[in-house]
Amino acid sequence: MQISLHINGSLRDVYVDPRTTLIDALRDHLGLTGTKKGCDHGQCGACTVLVDGRRINACLTLACMAQDSEVTTIEGLGTSDALSPLQTQFLNDDGFQCGFCTPGQICSATAMLGEMAAGWPSHASDSLSGPFLLSHAEIAERMSGNLCRCAAYSNIIEAIQNAAHAEGSSGDAP
Amino acid sequence: MTRHLKVDAPDNESRVDQMAQGVLGMPINRIEGHHKVTGSATYAADAGAEGMAYGVLVQAAIPAGRVAEIGDVPGVLAVIHDPRMLRRAAQGMATEGPPAGPQQIDFMGQAVALVVAETLEGAQAAAHALRVRYEAYQVPVDPDAVDPELPEDKQSSSGDLDAAMRKAAFTVDNVWHTPSHAAAAMEPHAAVAQWAGDCVTIRAGLQMLGSSREQIADALGIDEGQVRLLAPYVGGGFGSKLGINAESVAAAIASKQLGRPVKVVMSRPQVFDLAHRRSETTQRVRLSCDTNGVLSGIGHEALVSNLPEAEFSEPVTQATPFTYQAAHRQIVHKVARIHRSCAGSVRAPGEAVGVTVFECALDELADAAGIDPVELRLRNIPETEPGTGRPFSSHKLAEALRDGAQRFGWADRLTPRARIEGEWYVGMGVAAAVRVNSLIESRAKVTLTPQGRATVETDMTDIGTGTYTILGQIAAETLGLDIGYVDVRLGDTDFPRASGSGGSFGAASSGTSVYLACVEIRDQIAARMGCAEADLTLQDSTARCGNIVRRLGDIVTSPLAGNGHLEPGKTEDSVRQATWGSHWAEVAVNRWTGETRVRRMLGVFACGRVLNHKTARSQCLGGMTFGIGMALTEAMEHDPRDGHIVTRDLAEYHIPCHADVPPMEVHFLTERDAYVGPLQAKGLGELGICGAGAAVLNAIHNACGVRVRSLPATPDKIIAGLDP
Repeated sequence: MQISLHINGSLRDVYVDPRTTLIDALRDHLGLTGTKKGCDHGQCGACTVLVDGRRINACLTLACMAQDSEVTTIEGLGTSDALSPLQTQFLNDDGFQCGFCTPGQICSATAMLGEMAAGWPSHASDSLSGPFLLSHAEIAERMSGNLCRCAAYSNIIEAIQNAAHAEGSSGDAP
Repeated sequence: MTRHLKVDAPDNESRVDQMAQGVLGMPINRIEGHHKVTGSATYAADAGAEGMAYGVLVQAAIPAGRVAEIGDVPGVLAVIHDPRMLRRAAQGMATEGPPAGPQQIDFMGQAVALVVAETLEGAQAAAHALRVRYEAYQVPVDPDAVDPELPEDKQSSSGDLDAAMRKAAFTVDNVWHTPSHAAAAMEPHAAVAQWAGDCVTIRAGLQMLGSSREQIADALGIDEGQVRLLAPYVGGGFGSKLGINAESVAAAIASKQLGRPVKVVMSRPQVFDLAHRRSETTQRVRLSCDTNGVLSGIGHEALVSNLPEAEFSEPVTQATPFTYQAAHRQIVHKVARIHRSCAGSVRAPGEAVGVTVFECALDELADAAGIDPVELRLRNIPETEPGTGRPFSSHKLAEALRDGAQRFGWADRLTPRARIEGEWYVGMGVAAAVRVNSLIESRAKVTLTPQGRATVETDMTDIGTGTYTILGQIAAETLGLDIGYVDVRLGDTDFPRASGSGGSFGAASSGTSVYLACVEIRDQIAARMGCAEADLTLQDSTARCGNIVRRLGDIVTSPLAGNGHLEPGKTEDSVRQATWGSHWAEVAVNRWTGETRVRRMLGVFACGRVLNHKTARSQCLGGMTFGIGMALTEAMEHDPRDGHIVTRDLAEYHIPCHADVPPMEVHFLTERDAYVGPLQAKGLGELGICGAGAAVLNAIHNACGVRVRSLPATPDKIIAGLDP
């Protein structure tokens, strides 16, 4: 079937099998291989992309379901010459090793900071209404949908804290 | 020109320390990191190609037997059931292909066919629809239900352990069980194969390209020269990509047959089935000591499993003979031949589970003897290797224990259930870390251009280990260049053959080959400066020799090339080489639910020269986190009827997630190990996992008084030990 996707600010037409998931459309049909397939079951978070600003698992979404939405992938967050604050801090704080889960971690963290700013609580929050501290426990809870077998976890959390501070975002690290 | 070194003698010269650039060891960012944070790093499955077809592996639905008939399925390009297809993955460093011929089935989930279609969706649907008829055989799948083999060369004993146990003031004699473990690298195994005439290029996720190329050539029945492997980025390995697996050979066969590129990516459950598992182990540890805690006896018996005739068997007791001393010793190694999936190397084969269990046993002995666990270990560290009398290249265990105790606040540790915070029992645990060390033959080429840029080329891989960066740092340090002037090109069999990534030997082996290549270039620069290489100082693209100072660009008018070739030598045998450390954990155990939360961990490690403190620390964090998983959550459960892996995805096999991992600290002891060559650096990719789980398990006991001897320590097992 013919579908149109708004991806990283541009409109892309693509002809896909109706069964094609968003991640396979991105990777195999649009050449956007920055998004990784780690499990294809919604278990690892490597395929996290933003759909209308919300983080989703692209492996659990059919491409045709995303037609009326704005999709942002890792390629849309920054480039080597113009890294996003999170990308910069992942680099500085060694928030990755093999790098395979990294695009998903960064997409996820991007949306996660937005969720905190919007006042969404988590299991680790002290109150339902906030404000929320950018504590280790709070970030770890909110990022637990993104697995990292190299286990850069504590570096990822530092990177998120440092990026948020650099951005002057709400909340403080303890 | 090639600079060759066989490490026959210790290198105490420490030339690297005399270099002037000051970049080696520095915690600089990964030089390839910008590709990883922007998604432009190209892993195996990221390769695109005109006319790509998609292949999906079909797996056996019986544990053993033969394929009687493969059905037809419409709408596909090919259903491939070829005698060259692999029945299991190659073991690391094998020089031949592994057993082939998918008409025979050795374990449930083995690949039996490849379905190829125009689209991935079409291939997946067809693979599900394909009907395979089998002739099934009855085979054993339970390691406890067969008579195990006792390979003669893997048993050893001295003295009389039974007598020592009878006479001792304190003893421990218990049995531990560890389940099968998965490497579970985040990147599933993938291959894209494309032929040009009689030559095939395969992009794949592989840790060791040189030996994998030999395996591919053998499996396909072609010459090595007809195979090119590309693996510039590998999404984690942990042993699971040491050798070739079903996807690469199947992709190559399909691509040849169809005359177009073919991509085969394993699904996550297929990775669990087809990548080597770490064997489950049953370990009996016997320890005896006198009233002062001095060991008189050490017994370590292990039962592991693998497929019939598979050579690998988990070397559980590898570090036991040399870590502690005791006059009476017995090592027993049993292998059960059963039809679970193939067992092989998973991060730190041997020590990962062997040291972990042994360190739990030592904790029990300390408890029995009423001696602090740190003190007990300190009283039993040998001067020379027990049994052989060989010197240690280094033995930093005592220092790691003393240093760690100080840093962690060990003195504040109380007795079980003495520290209660709300509904949580809180406790601390310690364990030693030890891992054997080795070098593997490795080659590299370095080129220095008139523009003042150096290029490093070797078929070494960076599987997240930091290889790009440390090889760049070695070249920058030795040639006096800013790291920005060094390009590192890896993961291509067209480059000189390296050690590959595995067994913690990659950094020291490939790093030394790059160092040697650079020394070769230094020689050429020195000749142009009219001085001896030893008198040459290279720094910030400038060469200095006495009063002569020249810009490198003025001396290097045409590219200078140097090749480095490292071989392990006599120091492999003249000394016992190992890396050392200590693990520390503080946990909270919920008194009602039995849930364990790790609150903090510390690892103190000695691994010779640290080549980059940032990437080295990350490696250790990763290993320690594997230890959390081993202690608390990770278990491949096998169906008792057919041996198949029940927990074969990431929702059932629980690797640690963000919320499972507390803030962790890593400290490196300053060390130079001269027995490993001029870099004086040893491996550390595996040291972090060796014993880490024991620190967690010992902390659980210190918190709540429960010993869990069947890993992982899930809440049900802890509740069973708590008072009602």
